[in-house]
Amino acid sequence: MTAAIELTGITKRFPGVIANDNVNLTVEKGEIHAVCGENGAGKSTLMKILYGMQAPDEGTMKVNGELVNFSSPTDAIDRGIGMVHQHFMLADQLTVLENIILGAEPTVSGGRINFKEAEAHLSQVADEYGLTIDVNQMVESLEVGERQRVEIIKVLYRGAEILILDEPTAVLVPQEVEALFENMRELKASGATILFIDHKLDEVLEISDSMTVLRHGKTVATMKNDGVTAHELAELMVGSELPTPDTSESTVTDDVALELKDLTVLNEDGRQVVHDINLRIHRGEIVGIAGVEGNGQGELVDAIIGTADIASGTVSFHGRDITRESVRKRREAGLAYVPEDRHHEGLLLSSPLWENAALGHQTQSPYGSNWWLDRDGARAQTELIREQFDVRTPNIDVSAHALSGGNQQKLIIGRELTSDPEVLVAAHPTRGIDVGAQAAVWDDIRAARRNGLATLLISADLDELIGLSDTIVVMLRGEFVATLAPADVTPRDLGAYMTGAALQNGGAA
Amino acid sequence: MRKLAFSLAAPVGAFLLTLVVSTIALLAFGSSPAEAYGDMLSHAAKLETQVDILNRATPFYLSAVAAAIGFRMNLFNIGVEGQYLMGFLFAAQVGGLISLPQVLHIFVIMVVAMIVGALYAGIAGVLKTTRGVNEVISTIMLNSIAVGGLIAWLQQEWQAELGENFSSTELGTNEIEESGLLPTINGLLEIFTREIGQGKELTGMLLIAVLVGVLYHVLLNRTRFGFDLRASGINPFAARAGGVPPKRMVLAAMMLSGAVAGLIGMVELADRGKFPPDPIQGLGFQGIAVALLGRNNPGGMAFAALLFAFLDVSSGVLDSTGAASREIAVIMQGIVLLTAVIAYGVANRLRERDEAREAAEALAAEREVVPA
Repeated sequence: MTAAIELTGITKRFPGVIANDNVNLTVEKGEIHAVCGENGAGKSTLMKILYGMQAPDEGTMKVNGELVNFSSPTDAIDRGIGMVHQHFMLADQLTVLENIILGAEPTVSGGRINFKEAEAHLSQVADEYGLTIDVNQMVESLEVGERQRVEIIKVLYRGAEILILDEPTAVLVPQEVEALFENMRELKASGATILFIDHKLDEVLEISDSMTVLRHGKTVATMKNDGVTAHELAELMVGSELPTPDTSESTVTDDVALELKDLTVLNEDGRQVVHDINLRIHRGEIVGIAGVEGNGQGELVDAIIGTADIASGTVSFHGRDITRESVRKRREAGLAYVPEDRHHEGLLLSSPLWENAALGHQTQSPYGSNWWLDRDGARAQTELIREQFDVRTPNIDVSAHALSGGNQQKLIIGRELTSDPEVLVAAHPTRGIDVGAQAAVWDDIRAARRNGLATLLISADLDELIGLSDTIVVMLRGEFVATLAPADVTPRDLGAYMTGAALQNGGAA
Repeated sequence: MRKLAFSLAAPVGAFLLTLVVSTIALLAFGSSPAEAYGDMLSHAAKLETQVDILNRATPFYLSAVAAAIGFRMNLFNIGVEGQYLMGFLFAAQVGGLISLPQVLHIFVIMVVAMIVGALYAGIAGVLKTTRGVNEVISTIMLNSIAVGGLIAWLQQEWQAELGENFSSTELGTNEIEESGLLPTINGLLEIFTREIGQGKELTGMLLIAVLVGVLYHVLLNRTRFGFDLRASGINPFAARAGGVPPKRMVLAAMMLSGAVAGLIGMVELADRGKFPPDPIQGLGFQGIAVALLGRNNPGGMAFAALLFAFLDVSSGVLDSTGAASREIAVIMQGIVLLTAVIAYGVANRLRERDEAREAAEALAAEREVVPA
């Protein structure tokens, strides 16, 4: 039997990064195949290639045995491949039926939409795959799980037989996950092939027939789901190489710099995403947060820097309650912040470097005061950062977008660390930068720790977490589920905790 | 040097393209382009025409600065029109009721105009920060309330009050006493030129407009507030993470924009001494075009305001010479705007590429020096 999908030797390079390195993936007809891997393992890039959103640099793709070459998602749809994105693309003000047929409307003469035919076709599709939904409801009144079902039906309506589900469970609560799995089983029974991306191991083991594991852009294993344990899978996902050990001795003091008490945070939709968290970070201490992305780390960071909606609990700096204080007050009190996405929250890309260096510190010397911007002071300080943090640039007047990612990151690290901070919140400080810049950033953070900086480090790079942290806390579904000492933990153990596998087995590995 | 070349290439390119297109338009209508341009230029060469151009450019510039304050933080204050008419109306009413020494009288009138403009713009700011109402929608509606509602109603009231035998000169708010009217600055100009004839008067607001331009430049580039404003416009998320309070900035920028808008009507107030039943309308929208053409830059907007005023005023002569239809000025204003947007887009892309290459070269050069 020919496979539904056969990818051979797929390689995709981005400037400075190899996202997919000779990846192979075979999905048999009528099976549920999971693609798992850590954040940044290359799963999304692979799916984008398969769906025609990006072209591979090397490698071949076969769909139902035929060699294909997609230049856009339209080509993929024509071949019967449909994708359900993690973030839904639905119009709230339209009905379920209107959303489903949007862009593929059957028409009668004069361009009018033939709703009768649309409804008939839709109910035929829904019956065939055993999916139920009230087609005349407004989408705005639907729950998240139902919206996802609409997205799936939308794809089936267009004739897809191979479905790609991009982290479908990320947005769902446990009961909704159950309902989704039920739907997936029905789809499979009706002959559909499902390829789904996930990194929650219990879910992968529950639903999939077979799986492919990616790590650092490479295929590390393809196997049937018979007798594989969560531990084995976690080990494959995170690798079991030993981290570069941090030989420097502890600089942790008794002085609490940042304290979170019973902190509960809501996300934009009003859902509780951080529950009752307690944490103390001392001067000279680095606390690392391990966790699969989307388990509340982002909201935890927002709560500390002052942009989140805190439902209850307190945040204090050196014993002073700052829960209700503005971002600016917190920054003036000595909070430094290295955001997860430097383009989104870190830089003014079209502004010169010296203005970027001033951002976040514009009310403080040497950048300025409450009233005035000190151009000379800011420029001198930027020159200092350029020298100390080795920012490679022709001058400090070029726009930030002219720099490479590593140099942009060094500029951000430099501006935050030269402001004499008390507390640093660093989210993925070395994401997407080259090895040289990575080592430099690590050295900078270690040096600041020696000088008494209290740091909260969030990272998907487990070696980085183990190598830098004094304490590691594992975050899962908005809670701290384990506190570990980096000296006696391996990335493999951490992976098990992060995905919930270690907890199910009743504790430490 | 390269930077200067990049920033000059765009406006020069846009201007040349505009000349080409409007020449084609003139030919298509059977007019002689050389004759039309010649008439406009020779008319503009007269001192009296130049006074008219400056008088026209002054409200254009104030209106452009008002719009630009919003634009710099991606806030589209379409309501400059309503804000200036409200400021104009209230300032005229207050000015007509009081009697004060000259400097104080003028000062009070201007402050009232700015406060009313700021408050009227503030409504849109409050709606945006508390209810998330898009400022484009709310300011357009506020324009309708000001122009179609309040002013139309006032005109009706004035007419009813005067009865059958009114004459339009009696309509409007009370006449402001001489002490409340900003003096003309003919004397200042005549230091450099000959005596101005035809009873033309150069508005004193010209000096205020220059001052506003200087303050705008200082505010944006030298103050912490200006930095916050620009940062919010370039990347609101980075600005917020950098401690800029987003809601307070929206409100502050909106009100500041409205305050400057309030000054626009002062040009006409100084000239006519009251809020007339037929105030000049559309200045708020012209300001948006001028700000766009001048790239929100204080100098650029001054140039753009003069260009628009020149086209408006000098084309008036075409009516009497008959070389072409004076509407060619409107066509040229439209085309220069379009071509400028395109030219700036292209120049910006070229500049970015140039910068990226320069940065990459600097990096490569360093690598060669440092042994691997």
